[in-house]
Amino acid sequence: MIKNIVNLGDAALYCDFGHEVNKDINSKVIRYFNTLKYKKLKGVTNLSPSYNKLIITYNLSETSFNILKKEIIELEINDNKEYNSQKINIPICCDDEFSLDIKRLEKKFNKSKSEIIKIFLNKSYFCYMTGFVAGMPFLGDIDKIIQLNRLETPRVKVPKGSVGLTEQFCNVYTFESPGGWNIIGNTPINIFNPSDHNKPNLINPGDEVKFYEIQKNEYHKLYEK
Amino acid sequence: MKSKKMSITNFMKNNYFQVVRGGLNSTFQDNGRENLYHIGLPFSGAMDKRNYLIANKLINNNEKDPVIEFAFQGPSLKYFGVTRDIVITGNVNFKIIKNDNTEHLGECYRTIKIYDGDTIDIISTNKSVYGYFSISGGFKLSKVWGSFSTTLRAKVGPNNGNKLINGQEIKLNEPKESLDRKLDFINSNIEFIRVIKGTNFDYFSEQSLKDFFSKKYQVTKLSDRMGMRLEGTKLINIKSTNIKSEGLVKGTIQVPADGKPIILLSDHGTLGGYPKLGVVISADYDKLVQIPPGSKVKFKEIELKDAENLYKIYNMETNNILNKII
Repeated sequence: MIKNIVNLGDAALYCDFGHEVNKDINSKVIRYFNTLKYKKLKGVTNLSPSYNKLIITYNLSETSFNILKKEIIELEINDNKEYNSQKINIPICCDDEFSLDIKRLEKKFNKSKSEIIKIFLNKSYFCYMTGFVAGMPFLGDIDKIIQLNRLETPRVKVPKGSVGLTEQFCNVYTFESPGGWNIIGNTPINIFNPSDHNKPNLINPGDEVKFYEIQKNEYHKLYEK
Repeated sequence: MKSKKMSITNFMKNNYFQVVRGGLNSTFQDNGRENLYHIGLPFSGAMDKRNYLIANKLINNNEKDPVIEFAFQGPSLKYFGVTRDIVITGNVNFKIIKNDNTEHLGECYRTIKIYDGDTIDIISTNKSVYGYFSISGGFKLSKVWGSFSTTLRAKVGPNNGNKLINGQEIKLNEPKESLDRKLDFINSNIEFIRVIKGTNFDYFSEQSLKDFFSKKYQVTKLSDRMGMRLEGTKLINIKSTNIKSEGLVKGTIQVPADGKPIILLSDHGTLGGYPKLGVVISADYDKLVQIPPGSKVKFKEIELKDAENLYKIYNMETNNILNKII
């Protein structure tokens, strides 16, 4: 299933599952990730699954590239351990205070704000991966009609809870952070909870996420930050 | 029974640091936190592992105990409690200010006795970036996700995931027996940082790769525990300045569209979409992080096999240094 394994530096394996980004390839990455998580191969210190890659870091005092590469090639992927996908509904408020890039999007797509929001809310999204900052979910695929590139100049600060669009994906900023995604709204709920060590991420790879719109008064009622 | 309880309470109350000045970037760190890349948490941990390990060994604490790591200007800490030892490692200017306002210049890599009312003023790191502060008995902290490391951006770690701030208190464990230990140690100077080809090596023009491995690059002020930004001859991308976001590792040299390389360090974002020119070898990481802004650095390309051998040598050297301390 892995197309190619090379080294990334002297303490990581770079497993390539193919160039495309789709649910099928990503599910394979997640299956490897879940198998390795329980297998606990000697020396492995971190697993980083993404759309179509899996990076495995290791302690160079305990193993090495050639040993680990062989173990990964010979690994039996356990299909029974498939992730039990959760369906999660996330409230989003698209009030002008939160939809920082909507004016530009209206012009770009030649559509009204309510039309753009309607297209966005219409689909449920698959979680490909989490990361960059803790708990940030990368979700897809959004409708072709509302796909666009990153901001040319990224914001220095994107507010916590912001929901952004880029290419075929949408995400939620779990912390205030720099970033270049096109912001259409904000969720009042916590997507990452550092005090819950068993389940810090509300959204995990493999989950299905649907957004529903709330008004500002409800936003303040649900606010958990 | 009652009196014992009283004395424990008194001990807790009376053995602490008052943070007079937090310093620029003072955090609790240990060996780092594993197995959380997939949710977006990097290793973090002490940037310069060797100096971290020496700080704990000299003070006779456990290898993986937490220390205070500081960068450039360190904290100023007023001590209240029983006499005990401290150690500072790195290339650091510091002084001990006594109750009567007399000042004593501090010496790195040796145990120093501190007394009730002393203030340890860590003025600056010298021609380097990071220094380490350890104390006999250790800091009274709880592990977060199996580690004492602080990841500022996610607010994960002891001290609620924050830097030391002016006015806060730091609680301490009971001190161990006092020791008189000293280590003759000089941080080695570097000629170049060694690098293994990255997964997007061929995204760059032949001339740019030649430039990167022959010209000097300057470390800029826009550098911290997350990354080190470099200035120098612009690197020309001939393929694509964006790749699909994927996992990153510390030491990765990524090059955004502006052609200026950024080296990812211990608190890096876990996913990213800039092409990877190379990765700094594990054996050179401690030296890399200590290069201060304004300094110039040269890179040298080596093979994986050589990097693995150099890591063995690095580990052996570290163990030899630690074994010298008895």
